[in-house]
Amino acid sequence: MGGSAALLVQEPPPAILTRPAPGTWQHHHVLDLDDFSTDEIELVMETAGVMKEVLARPIPRIPTLRGTTIITVFYEASTRTRSSFELAGKALGADVINITSSGSSITKGESVVDTVLTLQAVGADILVMRHSHSGAPYLAARNTRAGVINAGDGWHAHPSQALLDLFTIRSHLGDVRGRKVVIIGDITHSRVARSNIWGLTTMGAHVVVCGPPTLLPVGLEGPRGSEDGREAALPPVEVETNVDRAIKDADVVMTLRLQLERMQSGLVPSIREYCNLWQVTSKRLATAKPGALVLHPGPVNEGVEISLDVAHGAQSVIEEQVANGVAVRMALLYLISRGRG
Amino acid sequence: MKENDILIRGGRIIDQARGVDVVGDVLIRDGRIAAAGERVDGAGASGSHVIDAKGLIVCPGLVDIHCHLRDPGFEYKETIETGTRAAARGGFTTVCCMPNTNPPSDSRATVEYIQRTAAATASVRVLPIGCVSKGRQGKEMAELGDLAAAGVVAFSDDGSPVADAALMRRALEYCRALDLPISDHCEEPALAHGGVMHEGWVAVRLGLRGQPSAAEEAMVARDIALAELTGSRVHIAHVSTAGSVELVLRAKARGVPVTAEVTPHHLTLTHENVMSSPSLPGGLAYDTNAKVMPPLRTADDVAACVEGLRDGTIDAIATDHAPHAPVDKLCEFDDAPSGISGFETALALVLSLVHDGKLDLPTLIARMTAGPVAAFGLERHEGLAGIGSLAVGAPGDVLVFDPNAEWTAEPERFASKGRNTPLAGRVLKGQVVATIHGGVVAFSAREVKVR
Amino acid sequence: MPETTIMSSEDVRRAIMRIAHEIVENNHGCQDLVFIGMQTRGVPLAERIAQGIAEFEGETVPVGSLDIGLYRDDLPDVGLSIEIKPSDIPTDIAGKRLVLVDDVLYTGRSIRAALDALIDYGRPQRIQLAVLVDRGHRELPIRPDYVGKNIPTSRRDDVQVRLLETDGGDGVALIAESR
Repeated sequence: MGGSAALLVQEPPPAILTRPAPGTWQHHHVLDLDDFSTDEIELVMETAGVMKEVLARPIPRIPTLRGTTIITVFYEASTRTRSSFELAGKALGADVINITSSGSSITKGESVVDTVLTLQAVGADILVMRHSHSGAPYLAARNTRAGVINAGDGWHAHPSQALLDLFTIRSHLGDVRGRKVVIIGDITHSRVARSNIWGLTTMGAHVVVCGPPTLLPVGLEGPRGSEDGREAALPPVEVETNVDRAIKDADVVMTLRLQLERMQSGLVPSIREYCNLWQVTSKRLATAKPGALVLHPGPVNEGVEISLDVAHGAQSVIEEQVANGVAVRMALLYLISRGRG
Repeated sequence: MKENDILIRGGRIIDQARGVDVVGDVLIRDGRIAAAGERVDGAGASGSHVIDAKGLIVCPGLVDIHCHLRDPGFEYKETIETGTRAAARGGFTTVCCMPNTNPPSDSRATVEYIQRTAAATASVRVLPIGCVSKGRQGKEMAELGDLAAAGVVAFSDDGSPVADAALMRRALEYCRALDLPISDHCEEPALAHGGVMHEGWVAVRLGLRGQPSAAEEAMVARDIALAELTGSRVHIAHVSTAGSVELVLRAKARGVPVTAEVTPHHLTLTHENVMSSPSLPGGLAYDTNAKVMPPLRTADDVAACVEGLRDGTIDAIATDHAPHAPVDKLCEFDDAPSGISGFETALALVLSLVHDGKLDLPTLIARMTAGPVAAFGLERHEGLAGIGSLAVGAPGDVLVFDPNAEWTAEPERFASKGRNTPLAGRVLKGQVVATIHGGVVAFSAREVKVR
Repeated sequence: MPETTIMSSEDVRRAIMRIAHEIVENNHGCQDLVFIGMQTRGVPLAERIAQGIAEFEGETVPVGSLDIGLYRDDLPDVGLSIEIKPSDIPTDIAGKRLVLVDDVLYTGRSIRAALDALIDYGRPQRIQLAVLVDRGHRELPIRPDYVGKNIPTSRRDDVQVRLLETDGGDGVALIAESR
């Protein structure tokens, strides 16, 4: 046993083929789900399924991205997302380098553009970037030939999270078309909420967002008046401030992390108040559809956005989300590296 | 004609200060307007310049009551020399520069530096604006009297609002003795709250913190109340919202001494320019070149500003020319400084309103000549009688432009050091042919014939 | 483009039957046999071979599928999709006698990738190779154990295998000078 130090396959195009045209995958970068077609999302789902099988093997490693250099550039600390991408890259046989802002030239004030150009010169094929400022990965993508995957930018987008959430939901419920998915929490500051709204509505789900009015973004229902007919802020979602109405008959309950600074900046008067009005408890969960799934992007503030018993209860798929994260990220790395050309 | 005369022949002369709109000639002699109207006679003297203005518009040199020359202190962004060269290319013959320099113009020394540097290097007239507060810190009133004596034409803490209402009140009262206006950058800090663009659907889409229209309107309302209270002139800088226009309209109807200005970009661009830009294809643009304060707002706000300009609620168009070095803007949207380098595109941009039938040309010219002069009372300053008009004896400041010439905005070829504009690559209609300041050709797009 | 029929549907059927018999003969029965079909057409071929064996030997041989997409390193050329199907290896292959089944054997590089993949699943006792068509031009030291038909070709020819399950009918065509 032991993989042969394989000379990888260089195959001339096979004489026969039945596959759909390579035009299905259009992405050189994965910055957000707002420009993903249903076909592309399906492709990610299928590929993630294959990767999940790979991860289940005794040796969860394939040589697919051997020779590819993946560099993760995290301007914001993150344990789970960064290690998830790192494991994904390594499972694909790529070389993975991690750069975090502390202890690097980033803290010395090196700009995003300079960092990205340096990494390209060093040989990065794919950059995985997390930044506290919305739009930073777009700036990076415009200034490098490498493929850029957005691992979270400010309040704006977190596409790999939304894809792994979708994958998790589908692995239990199948198609999300027509399903009621409620997202509860601080929607304004949540890139997870935004990307999920894009992904879920593209795949036909009915999305409801719920939270304190001070944490629901202005203009969520889209432009009005003389701006009619133009692009809306986000795809149509139902907006609800009452959590009981929101959860009723839901197929999926997605809870978001409430950050301490929201209390400090006075957007919510207290944690106690938040819990009384918006916490997902088992009593509230009981009004959802039987077997409704409970998701959370993590890390969970137990006892705040979600009660302990729900977080660890039978309907919680929070741990699966984490496991699926590696498979979904493998799929993304594979697709952007193979999909070019 | 004498040597060094300039004769501008056969253009359509639009001089709103005197209600003149006629095809004719303008003669400039010894740095002043010698004649303007139908057919100026005189045998041509050698050494005189003739500009054939057939098919072109001839009007007083444009007057900009709000711009940033960055000098002293930020010379890498712009200097008085490069800024005024850009102004001349844009058709401006007088510019009033804001005091957010380093050091700020809160003392006679800085004002005199600006005046000396302008005298030596500027292509057009530079009139300094002094700070309202010491160091622009918004705490204590600057020595407004000394600044007035040094020659400032107005006071402002622009870049920043005068956030302390009590300070604004005191400054307005104090200014009664000086008869100079205070131009306020209306932005209530607690409401603006670090917002980097307009609070609306585009900000939600981009995940950026926005500032609501109310942040501007709250302070506009405050300043109007203070103008009413003190009887002193308040000038609202760069109005951007429909609500602000409405407040100024109603205040003027009540006789409050308030005036207002609007920028070319707030008359033509919206917050969608942050999201999409033809020069940044492929996904959301996050165009830092569209980051300005006050931010670009909605189409409804733009329409209200145009209407306010048309009916005179807004007295003047002012560029708020705010150059930045390219490296300053090459970063994430949150971190980018605000500002558009606007001198060289201003005229063409506002001419689009004329081309679209939203405004007539004489009104437009009025708002860029007589209007700003009246708002700041510039004609009362020494040597500036007649400024903004083509009256005999007025300063020899004339603009000749072709309202229909099409050209492409290429920031790389700007005279300004600031290349930061969301209009890069855009085809604009309306081009300066010649800018004459004090009887000297400050800029000419073509060869000026010399007899 | 001129197309020549190399194998008719009857030819295909007979070749599959012969290969099935040869496999059983060569392995002295069906014990520990596992067929792994290479996506795409190797899979129905493997199933048909297994079905043939079920008919004349009464034995069931497990059939799995393998997608070598994850083991290629070439960027997709025109016509090559980046979609990968899951591989389905139905049992633990350790100690088993595997027969890899593919429709066309050409340079041998796909088989090399398949060997890489299979070794990631475990250590079989032996791996044999069954192909419907061998068109020559090997670039690696790979040889088939069971061949339906040997067809000499030039590199510019195109060999098209069609099967009922994937193409609506059985047959093998040679398209001369297609590239």
